[in-house]
Amino acid sequence: MEWMITAREPGKTYLLQGNEAIARGALESGIRFAAAYPGSPSSEILTMLGHVAQDMNLYAEWSSNETCALEACMGASMSQVRSLCVMKQNGTLVVGDALHSLALSGCKGGLVVVVADDPSAHSSTNEFDSRHMARSADIPLLEPATFQEAKDMVKYAFELSEQLQQVVMVRGVTRIHHGRGNVTLGDLPDNLRQPVPIGEWDRMVAINWFHDVMLAKLDQAREAFEQSSFNHYEGPEHPELIIITSGTGWFYSKEALENLALTQRVGILKLGCTWPLPEKLILSYLEKTSRVLVVEEVDPFLEQNLAMIIAHHPEIHVELLGRDAARALPQSNELNPDLVQASLCKLLQIKSSPASVTTIPPEEQVVLPPRDLTFCAGCPHRASYFILKQTLRLQPDSGVVMGDIGCYTMGGQKAGHFGLHALECMGGGINMAEGLGQMTRFGASQSVVALAGDSTFFHSCLPGLVNARYHNSNMLFIILDNSATAMTGFQPHPGIDRNCMGELAQTISIEETVKGIGCSVTVADPFEIDQTTEIIDHLFQKTGLKVLILRRECATLASRSKVKRKVWVDPDLCRGDECGCGRFCSRVWGCPGNIWDEATGKAKIDEVVCVGCGVCATLCPAGAIKIEGGNE
Amino acid sequence: MTATLKKDPLNIIICGVGGQGNILASELFASALVEKGYAVTIGETYGASQRGGSVMSHVRISSQTQYGPLIPVNQADIIIGFEPIETLRIAREFGNTSSQIVLDTRPNYPLAVLSGEASYPPIINLIKELSRLCKSVQIVEAAEIAINNGNPQAANITLMGTLTALEDVPLTRDEFISTLQKRFSGSICEMNQTVFELGYSSIQLV
Repeated sequence: MEWMITAREPGKTYLLQGNEAIARGALESGIRFAAAYPGSPSSEILTMLGHVAQDMNLYAEWSSNETCALEACMGASMSQVRSLCVMKQNGTLVVGDALHSLALSGCKGGLVVVVADDPSAHSSTNEFDSRHMARSADIPLLEPATFQEAKDMVKYAFELSEQLQQVVMVRGVTRIHHGRGNVTLGDLPDNLRQPVPIGEWDRMVAINWFHDVMLAKLDQAREAFEQSSFNHYEGPEHPELIIITSGTGWFYSKEALENLALTQRVGILKLGCTWPLPEKLILSYLEKTSRVLVVEEVDPFLEQNLAMIIAHHPEIHVELLGRDAARALPQSNELNPDLVQASLCKLLQIKSSPASVTTIPPEEQVVLPPRDLTFCAGCPHRASYFILKQTLRLQPDSGVVMGDIGCYTMGGQKAGHFGLHALECMGGGINMAEGLGQMTRFGASQSVVALAGDSTFFHSCLPGLVNARYHNSNMLFIILDNSATAMTGFQPHPGIDRNCMGELAQTISIEETVKGIGCSVTVADPFEIDQTTEIIDHLFQKTGLKVLILRRECATLASRSKVKRKVWVDPDLCRGDECGCGRFCSRVWGCPGNIWDEATGKAKIDEVVCVGCGVCATLCPAGAIKIEGGNE
Repeated sequence: MTATLKKDPLNIIICGVGGQGNILASELFASALVEKGYAVTIGETYGASQRGGSVMSHVRISSQTQYGPLIPVNQADIIIGFEPIETLRIAREFGNTSSQIVLDTRPNYPLAVLSGEASYPPIINLIKELSRLCKSVQIVEAAEIAINNGNPQAANITLMGTLTALEDVPLTRDEFISTLQKRFSGSICEMNQTVFELGYSSIQLV
């Protein structure tokens, strides 16, 4: 909530989302610049900062991609102002080159990169552990364990960044970013820093001369971390085992120790500063015990770095256990209190006392249908995949479809009739199609299609389109333009006329961009099913690179601004199972608004779910679905 | 410090399907409790399923300390179900013999049911299994109440009414309403207040 993150009420406690706490931390730090590319679970940070930008006198932008965002922050940092860059874990891979260059040159005004990792990949295609990027780039890394720390660490990160003249990374996980908890507010600054002119001899240059300077900054960070209150120990003086943990692992470890009544036997060393590791502090606890359990999210990052400390100190004799080789905890997916508890029970050979549970034999349990992810009611992607699948089936060789990242990724599952052959990373589809399309030289004849959404188009498809055009690959590039970065919550992109701060923006036309690269382009409406099917079929007959824009606004976005039309089934016209359509509307079309009324044996519209797009009315062979009122 | 709880932490799961507004509902509920001085943590699981997938919020209330965002298996004290099959799924994993269930029985059909590959189980069978697993099952036709009051999307606030009415929940009717009034204004606030009251008074035990 905007009013909470801008409240001038130091000491007041609110329930804040982790992302709100981070945004608040940035405001308390007096940032003047914030940039990001949307990605769950990080997106709300910049959305919030955009909303309050005018009031808080800062500039915020949804950059075209993460590299643009980070390098823009670097530019702002040259003028001595503080800047915040936000991304999800995949973003750290996109910005790899920029991040490593920045680490070498160092920054001027404080520069903090907040990264939201997604253990278990709840809203991602992978659970990459971005802490490796901090280590690889030789930059300081902080990991919040609570919602309060999410705010406080951002503030500390800015101070450290300016003290070291180095970028600092703050790495959270979904359970912090998309969790909520009590956060006590601090002060907001009264005066914000003015940009300082860059002097004739001021430099920000990434060149290997500074390698040793960069490493010295890391040593300074380690010294600071030795004293940091973000690292603390709780437990007995001589524990049988010490849990070393960071992030949400701390919550899970504390709860497990309380449940198992182990607080007098096992200690917890909670680390908030995780690269470089505060070695002296860690050694002082390693001396006290013979066993260490490392509880951390995703990779054995702490564990492997602790192993290095132990290897350098032959006087330390501890058994080190954690996620590495699944010695004590699973190697993949997110942790929870039960996993930590089970691991402790095994290591200490104790039993937990389970809750009182009724066990129902499997044969007496109700069979529950699975709930697959699906496109929203009225989603244009449902129509696009339906058309594409239908058209490809008409081709002699059924064709190949390369997917990309966005809501339409779900088209690879049931919702899109399993419509994708490949799915990699942002912008990956068009390049794979370019390569496969070149196989026609050797006799391959399949139709090759690449899909990308409008936001993905601007994020990473432009170099791919230039490449495909120059090499004139045999492929069809379809841009699914729903006028939003829908998956992450409708953030604007360069095709949208309002920017992140709500200011009017000069839009960039996708078709003009495509034409500028020298491609011919067709625009069609996925809701005009017959016409668009014909267009695609026609494009398949042509050789070389073809570009098609399937344009229709995101249904969820559209439903916010339009009067909903009433869609209903006329029971006198619906012929039920006698129709011969095989319950087309619910079974094949698969929109959650189209349900089947078992009682009457006829189709029905779920009025709670339906958004009133009315496409099903054009598809019903009996013309039984009717539309009334509202506007399209 | 705030009043101690009979059970600390009080673990509540609010579950349903993307788009039903259960994230907003749990946030309003928890905000009212933080305002009252409790330490409340919410863990939200929704991922890509703003769009039709399963969604759940773990709400953990304590007068002592900030708990982690995930409720351990079989440790939910209260389960608020916006959708019947999702409620049973959650009750099997997180319920125990003392858990209380509040349930809207209106189904949201998953794709596999729409396509005919799976069938939606009879509601009565779901309720029977829930009754075997947990201490009590209370039915609230929240979506119907919301539809009758002109906004099908308001089922979430209706169910918050019923949740607030439960004896173990340390929140009064007026405290929740005051949070509603801070967040909404005009006719939307009035409508939410109406459905909240109806949810508050519409408990029926099975």
